[in-house]
This record gives sequence, structure tokens and C-alpha cells, in this order.
Amino acid sequence: MNPPFDLTKKPRIGESLIQSLLFLAGVLSIFTTLAIVYVLGKEAWLFFGSPEVTFAKFFGGTKWQPGIGQFGIWPLVTSTLVTSSIAMLVSLPLGLSAALFLSEYASPKTRSALKPILEILAGIPTVVYGYFALLFMTPLLQNIFGEQVQVYNMASAGIVMGIMILPLISSMSEDALSAVPRSLREAAYAMGATKFETSLQIVLPAALSGVGAAFIIGISRAVGETMIVAVAAGAGPNFTFNPFQAAETMTGHIARISGGDLSYNSIDYNSLFAIALMLFLVTLVLNLISQRVVERFREKYE
Amino acid sequence: MQNNPPEHTITTKDLSIFYGNFLAVTDVNLNIESRKITAIIGPSGCGKSTLLRAFNRMNDFVPSSHVTGEILLHGQNLYGADIDPVEVRRKIGMVFQKPNPFPKSIYENIAWGARINGFKGDMDDLVEQSLRSAALWDEVKDKLKKSAYELSGGQQQRLCIARTIAIQPEIILMDEPASALDPISTLRIEELMQELKQKYTIIIVTHNMQQAARVSDYTAMMMLTGDSRSGTMIEFSETKLIFTNPRDKRTEDYVTGRFG
Repeated sequence: MNPPFDLTKKPRIGESLIQSLLFLAGVLSIFTTLAIVYVLGKEAWLFFGSPEVTFAKFFGGTKWQPGIGQFGIWPLVTSTLVTSSIAMLVSLPLGLSAALFLSEYASPKTRSALKPILEILAGIPTVVYGYFALLFMTPLLQNIFGEQVQVYNMASAGIVMGIMILPLISSMSEDALSAVPRSLREAAYAMGATKFETSLQIVLPAALSGVGAAFIIGISRAVGETMIVAVAAGAGPNFTFNPFQAAETMTGHIARISGGDLSYNSIDYNSLFAIALMLFLVTLVLNLISQRVVERFREKYE
Repeated sequence: MQNNPPEHTITTKDLSIFYGNFLAVTDVNLNIESRKITAIIGPSGCGKSTLLRAFNRMNDFVPSSHVTGEILLHGQNLYGADIDPVEVRRKIGMVFQKPNPFPKSIYENIAWGARINGFKGDMDDLVEQSLRSAALWDEVKDKLKKSAYELSGGQQQRLCIARTIAIQPEIILMDEPASALDPISTLRIEELMQELKQKYTIIIVTHNMQQAARVSDYTAMMMLTGDSRSGTMIEFSETKLIFTNPRDKRTEDYVTGRFG
């Protein structure tokens, strides 16, 4: 008996083509990441393999001067941490407040006017931010805190970096806050909660995973940001936690050294890869810590 | 037995509700009797929920909405210029169509509302009493620290009732509280309502006419009328009269299923 219609499989060329293209795109990005890690690891291996360098020196020393055999990574790490912390101290509270205002308080009209203005900040080239830090923020800090603020200092670079990250934090957080279902807000309001209680105690905890993602991306940008710190934070490793002093970050150091005339396979050249690997590690650890913290405090709805 | 005149908690006077220029509900005059269940029934889109949400000023969150007329709670106009909607909602609680517990623990779901309302007493005790009143205590007493989202839909809805009770309102509004639940959970909510009306005045919006007939003492019938197609209350009386001897032909058609 012949069935009245044909239900057998037929090839769908377009479907399989798209599928393999999408797969390829995914593989490519994973491959690129792996390749970068491989190159970093290989060159750093050469660095740690050279007779002048030991792990103890690298992780125990507080002086970075490859020219005279000093390979302590700490001055570069601390200045990266100081500038990034300042940036997050500026961008997280400001960005989160802006996001709360935009998502919970602002009328649709105000929101549609304010959001593009905030996003303009994200379009400013970082080199402009760098000179803004050097020529505006540093004199401002010197006016407030006086002589102790050096011309190149971590504070001004950190603050301006925070301003740069602010639109990222606020726009990602706002998306997360807006995604919290209206029914939760209604539940809170119906319990006699004020707007402030609702946004801070119900909406924000429910949106914490998104806000946490914003924080993670923000801190990754701060740690990896190069131009602002290269211009404004200082050009020389300096082991200090004083934000008013000049100190070179990992990224700033890589940018300055690799711009000069480095001979291939010299110890200076190889050290750059060790620093880069360290940078990668710092970002990774910060990501993991933040994810843990977010997972601990977030409140899951559905 | 002495026949006291019925005590009215909420009275509406010529209440009309607008969204912008659109007249959603027009000229409702209603007396809600204390410690009774009043059902609001009617076809979809006739303004039942809009009317319900006017009672605790939830419509305030729709920017273009406004009302004319009055809603009086013990003689105080809820839309008076000096009335704080936050205070109104503390006295008039609400249970929503879809269970919407907070993404917190079962315990916190109840404690949070009490805390923001300035509760200073024994929180453990309040949580237990509220859960008992909502007939949920035995099911959750061993997992108070677990997320409310681990409960079933019916349990979640009873938790929402429990947290509303915890802030000790006078009136509880219920917006189709069982429409997202299975028949057994629905039955439990309905039984619970009968217990709650010993202490609270309940106003319930429902699509389900059997439910209105089963649970309510009074019924308000709403319908879209006039050229503007705005919601109007066409009949309001004791539930048994609405279902056995309605005055309005449209009510009769609707409750007997001959509507539309």
C-alpha cells in the first residue's frame, strides 16, 4: 500500500552548511585562545629556563630590572592591582547607581535620553582618556592632595580608567536589572515596600548574576587596559601601594618595552611573555573569585 | 440572633479608571462587606483586574493611569492628596495570578515583608504562625532555609498568601489566585480562603464562575458596555442571587454560559 504522503528523510543542504559554518566559528575562537596560551607558555618557558631566572626570584623579588638581573614580578603586579582596584572603586558604585536609576527610577523618556549619552563615554578612544588623566585628573588631584601627588601616578590613571569602564558596568547592570520579572517588583510593592527597598533588596539580588558579569568584564578590562596607564601611571616599575606615586603596570611595561629595540630571544624579550602569562593568570584568578562570590550571593528566580 | 447592619470596609463612589485617555473602568459603586469574600467576575478584558488593582494603588505603576471618584477605606479616600500608597498597600495585601515568591528562602519570603514593615517581635514565631494560617507549615517546616522556588506552584501560592498575612493587612486582594494551579491546589486555596475570611476581608477576581459560586459571599458582575467599550459593573449582589436569580439579562447569559 502506498502512503498518501512522503515522510522519508531528504537532505537539507542549507541546514547542514549553516551548522558546519557555526561550528567552525566556534572552533576558531577556541583555537585562537589555545594558540595564544601556547605561545605565551612556550616563550615564558624559555624565560624561566634561562640560568639567571628562578621561580623564587620571579615570585619573591620586589625589583624588576632585567638589565641587572632583577626579575621580581611584584612591582608590576601591585601597580596593576592598585590601578584596577581604584578603577573598580570608581566604576562599580557609580555604574550600579546609574543602572538602578535608569532601570528603576527613570521614566522611559529620561532613560532613552540618558542611555545614549552614557554610551558616548564608551566610544572615547583610550589614548584620549590617558591624556585626560595626565592633563586634567592629575592636576586636580594635586590641587586637592598637594605635593605628594606625583606627575605620573596610579590614582589618576585608576580614576580615569573607572570612568572609562563606567558605561560598560552601567549598561550591563541595567540590562540585568531590567530582566528581573515585573512580577517580583509587584510582589514587593504589594507588601508595602518602598521603591528603594524594592530595588535594593529584591531587584538587585535577583539581578546579581548579571551585575556580577558586568563586574567581571569590568575588572578584566581594567587589568588589561594599557593606553591610560602607559600615558598616566608612570614609566618604571615601582614597588608601592601608594596611589599617588608613579608605578608601571604589567600592561604599561609590556607596551613600553616591546616598543623599543628588543633583540629576539634576549632575556628582555622572553620576560615579556612571562609578564603576559602572569597578566593572563591574574585576570583568570580575579574572574574565578568574582564568579564564586556572585554564585554565593545571587538569588535565583526560576 | 441579632441582625447587625453589615459593616463596610471599602466603598467606591463613582470610581472610574483611565489609562491615558482610555476609560478602562467606569462609574463603579461598590460596598465591600467586612470579613466576607467578594468575587469580581466577567469576561476577559472587562477591567476586573484593573478595578482590583485600584484598591491597593498598584495601577500607580502604569504611568498614564489615573482615577476619578473615590475609594473609601473606613471613610478615608485612598486617592486623597495626602495618602501614601505605600501605607495603603500595608493595609491592603495582594496575591497575584501567577505565584511570585521572592527568590529567597521560604523563611525570608515571610520575614522580609514583616521586617520592612517594622516588625519587631519574634520573627520565628511570626513565620510559623503565618505559614500555619496559610496551611503550609507542615509541608515546609523542615526546609525553611530552602529556596521558595523549590516548592510546587500551589505551595508557592500559599507561601504568597502566608507572606501577605504576615504583614497583617485588613484586606486581601486576590487576582485569579488559582488560575495557574491544578484542581487539587485550587481546592486547597479555596478552603484556605474560607478560613482566612474569619479574620480578613477578601476580594477575588476570577474567571472561573464555579469558583465564584463556591467561595464568595457577594459577587460583582462586570462587562464591557457602551460605545467606549469600557468596563462597568452591571450587577452586584449576594452570590446566590447572582447565580440563581440575576436581575440583569447579561449576567444570566454569562453565568449560564450563554454569553457571546
